[in-house]
Amino acid sequence: MIEVLRSLGRWGLDTFQRLGRGHIFLMQMLAGMPSLAFRFSLVVQQLFYVGVLSVLIILISGLFVGMVLGLQGYNTLVDFGAEESLGVLVSLSLVRELGPVVSALLFAGRAGSALTAEIGLMKSTEQLSGMEMMAVDPMRRIIAPRFLAGLISMPLLAAIFSAVGIFGAFLVGHGLLGVDDGAFWSQMQAKTDWYEDILNGVIKSIVFGFVVTWIALFEGYDATPTSEGVGRATTRTVVHSAFAILGLDFVLTALMFGDI
Amino acid sequence: MNSKRSAEILVGLFVAAGIAALFVLAMKVSNLGDFTDDKGYEVVANFQNIGGLKPRSPVTMAGVRVGRVSSISLDPDTYDAKVTINIYPQYDNIPMDTSASIFTAGLLGEQYISLSPGADDFFLQDGDIIDLTQPAVVLEQVIGQFLYSTAEGE
Amino acid sequence: MAPLIKIRDLHFNRGDKVIFNGVDIDIYRGKVTAIMGPSGTGKTTLLKLIGGQLKPDRGSVEIDGQNVHKLSHSKLYELRKRMGMLFQSGALLTDINVFENVAFPLREHTKLPESMIHDLVLMKLQAVGLRNARNMMPAELSGGMARRVALARAVTLDPMMIMYDEPFTGQDPISMGTLVNLIRRLNDAMGLTSIIVSHDVAETTQIADEIYLLSGGKVVEKGTPETLKTSGSDWVKQFLQGLPDGPVPFHYPGNDFGKDLLNSEEKR
Repeated sequence: MIEVLRSLGRWGLDTFQRLGRGHIFLMQMLAGMPSLAFRFSLVVQQLFYVGVLSVLIILISGLFVGMVLGLQGYNTLVDFGAEESLGVLVSLSLVRELGPVVSALLFAGRAGSALTAEIGLMKSTEQLSGMEMMAVDPMRRIIAPRFLAGLISMPLLAAIFSAVGIFGAFLVGHGLLGVDDGAFWSQMQAKTDWYEDILNGVIKSIVFGFVVTWIALFEGYDATPTSEGVGRATTRTVVHSAFAILGLDFVLTALMFGDI
Repeated sequence: MNSKRSAEILVGLFVAAGIAALFVLAMKVSNLGDFTDDKGYEVVANFQNIGGLKPRSPVTMAGVRVGRVSSISLDPDTYDAKVTINIYPQYDNIPMDTSASIFTAGLLGEQYISLSPGADDFFLQDGDIIDLTQPAVVLEQVIGQFLYSTAEGE
Repeated sequence: MAPLIKIRDLHFNRGDKVIFNGVDIDIYRGKVTAIMGPSGTGKTTLLKLIGGQLKPDRGSVEIDGQNVHKLSHSKLYELRKRMGMLFQSGALLTDINVFENVAFPLREHTKLPESMIHDLVLMKLQAVGLRNARNMMPAELSGGMARRVALARAVTLDPMMIMYDEPFTGQDPISMGTLVNLIRRLNDAMGLTSIIVSHDVAETTQIADEIYLLSGGKVVEKGTPETLKTSGSDWVKQFLQGLPDGPVPFHYPGNDFGKDLLNSEEKR
């Protein structure tokens, strides 16, 4: 019994310690941001790895998610004779929810895990240590540009996802199922609000980008410097990111759309 | 150096595509496009009950969209809803004695204001008030009245 | 002459394990000082303490009159510009080629024109004999070559001192010989102060001016290679000659073998 309590206590302390380390890491990371103003080429380089390389998966997933939404939405709406509202249904679900959330989940799987693996590998091969000894702060040289790149990429990826998704739904709805294209677009435009819906979706995706990139970089930086440790850290990145995205999504949705 | 250049070009394309997607969402998907021709004139209509009318709800005349609701507030003296309507500038010949009603699009659809033109020679101008209004029909009230009258008839 | 590095009463624990328990070391300018000891005595930890990557529990490390662990972040980084360190793995940046690796400190810390960087890098690579390998990626290098590239990188900023972490481990005889020569030659040609952490007795005694033997968290013996060879201590003799048994027993301490065999508890 005492043993159980003791291990529970130790687990609790470890968790708080990690939480504390994570936040100290965040502070150090943010402290490294101003120096990026002089070295923006580092950020551009990371935008390539973090952003550009995620575009393909975002494009394909967005297209299919939109097409499925078009199909499913049509089947439900046609019962009420409201198939013209397909555009609204699709645009609101994508812009408010699916765009930010699904693209953040994909981003965590594609870019987040790659970041963790890269940083973890740099740690285990003493590259970070070596940089410190060359008087180059890895927080500024390695971590900060990746963080900023993640922060910039995420909303852009989410916007691409939503736009492609709506296009996919239009292909299915208009091309396959024969929904009137005028009604599709006009209803969508009438009911989708720039501030209420689209900007809130953008804010969500910025928050997700912040959290996912932070988790990914911290897990890499904090990984046990062995190949096993890096592997575990990569898994943790994906799992923790998914929890964080879905949990935060609820909180943000309640703040933005629910009148709580 | 060459691969660096192509990476930078791809990053540029990526950022441009992202911003383009946001632009499409703004102009094609949302009603932000409406704001560009926002230079219309505003008139006020007081309703006893506006039901589910919201800012940016459509305002139509003979089914054609002629403007939108720009704001809704409560008149502190009469306890009526004070609805400010923005009418697009090209519709500058709406008669003074036009009446406004709140209708529902379909049985469960959103609510909108419908204007029916009068026969006055003067036209509505910025800041004018529409006097003839008909409040929103609240479904529960209608059902309640119907049940009440059938119960009385028995 | 005052020592360049002065370590006094150094205490360091990792968890419950005591790594250093009162270590005093002086490292003099222009000399090659070796720090030796069996695996697990915290030799690498010592280098990290000197470099300011770890903080001691007690005691001080002074480099050129500055207490490393009392410096601010920016002062510490200023100091590190004058220190070179050669990691066991080389710690080359894997995403850029040999040339860029050696150019890395120059690009980070100086605003030299590209042509000058080019010349400087080639000079350093020439010194380690790898000028023609400049377009290779770190993954294509052998272990010995990677270490030489790392050495070239460690001296690009012309540091006052350089620390070698196990430079001889896992090298074939030829690259071992190359490295041994290189360390001594660089030290003398560039007026460096070198610290070698190693447990390779033969190679280290070849080039070291002074040797510190560490064991059990303390300095067991110090002196020139010659004085150590004639040392009376059994432990020093066992370590230098590589005897399988002696003060450091072959068997991990614990129960008696006979007792273990007769002990029936574990068999069940």
